[in-house]
Amino acid sequence: MHISEGVLSPGVLIAGAGLTAAGVAVGLRRLENEEIPSVGILSAAFFVASLVHVPVGPSSVHLILNGLLGLILGWKAFPAILVGLALQALLFQFGGITTLGVNTLNMALPAVVCHYLFSWGVGIGARRLVFILSAFAGGCCAVFLSSMLVGFSLYLTGEAFLPVAKVVVAAHLPVMVIEGGLTAVCALFLRQVKPELLEGAYVPKLSSQPQNGSG
Amino acid sequence: MIVKEFAAGDSLIQRLDPRVKIVVATLFSVVVAVSTQWVVLVLALALGFCIVQVAGVPMKELIRRLVPVNGLITFLWFFLPFTFEGESLFSIGPLVATREGVYYVARISIKSNAIMVVLITLIASTSIFTLGHAMYELGIPKKITHLFFFTYRYIHVMHHEYLRLVNAMKIRGFRPRTNMHTYKALAYLVGMLFVKSYERAERVYNAMLCRGFRGRLYSLSQFSMKTIDIIFLILMLAVILGLVVLEWTRIA
Repeated sequence: MHISEGVLSPGVLIAGAGLTAAGVAVGLRRLENEEIPSVGILSAAFFVASLVHVPVGPSSVHLILNGLLGLILGWKAFPAILVGLALQALLFQFGGITTLGVNTLNMALPAVVCHYLFSWGVGIGARRLVFILSAFAGGCCAVFLSSMLVGFSLYLTGEAFLPVAKVVVAAHLPVMVIEGGLTAVCALFLRQVKPELLEGAYVPKLSSQPQNGSG
Repeated sequence: MIVKEFAAGDSLIQRLDPRVKIVVATLFSVVVAVSTQWVVLVLALALGFCIVQVAGVPMKELIRRLVPVNGLITFLWFFLPFTFEGESLFSIGPLVATREGVYYVARISIKSNAIMVVLITLIASTSIFTLGHAMYELGIPKKITHLFFFTYRYIHVMHHEYLRLVNAMKIRGFRPRTNMHTYKALAYLVGMLFVKSYERAERVYNAMLCRGFRGRLYSLSQFSMKTIDIIFLILMLAVILGLVVLEWTRIA
């Protein structure tokens, strides 16, 4: 879903960079210093998830996880995804400097939208069915919106990109369902094993409470 | 490991001040990304390869890194020639490829590769920690640079845990297929990855606090602008300015 360097028009690049800067500014204001290590884990997870290949028939897709990130982090998903994408650009050459803004926006804005729409359902108190459905919807919706935004960025660059944009969205339809399902199962797992990761209450734990250091 | 920045060799480019490299690569990327003239793009690509030569990046490494960049570009080659309005060049069945379309994709391809060649040689050849400190010196917010460092650190941790878990699954006879069992197993794998990395990160952070971490990371390498850095900076700024002027005058 990364858009390569040199494809998009200047207008789209500038708009993307501007909106991402605004989103990151909001995210950073909410990000406490003590949270940085734990948000770092999630950005690293976002990075490593792109290496997990899920088989679909003869082909395979890789995980995106921006939905899960959004459900957990809210606006803080903006800096988290920005950093993840910057590292992908540096280490794998996916995307680059000028497209960093657009690519971050395409991934992080859906994450924030999903946070507002569905995060109420993934609280610890939520009923199991509500929890599963919201997590599924979060994962699914984030991928769908991301693919729409990618398509839209291409379309805004030139009308000739319309068929390409359609193919991009169509190709992500199966990814949506898989991502939704995996997000739901994964969130359920986390709820049972490590609920504080989902709660956002992971913050004070890191800084104050002494740990029984094992391993 | 997944992640390697190639700190290959000790060439002139490698020894430049990282701040200079970031500034030059960013300006170059921006200028090339908005350019539309053939002359400018071809010169930019040529400049890119000059820098590659000076930096002594092995061709094989460069090509290996350019492959993912050209994925989307190849994809565009299948579409754009046929969807642009204009003078017809050739046709396959009902599809007519136009000259404008082909030119457009060709320009995108040159642009993309020119930018990436420079990015690879200047930026990807610098160690991530150096880059992080240079970004901080250039005024990127402290929270972002810290997040950048922690994320880079945890990528290794997570990938390590990931490989361990995958190995454990393989030993138990797991083979990924298109079925619910596979999806469930992979979802638990990701979940477990979160849990393990979270605990590990907790320990790392607490260890840092024990050692007096107060929200500042120190760099062992001090940056200093040497004559060679200034010469390189001025030279590159002049060349980039040249590209801008060329682009400007061609349009008018």
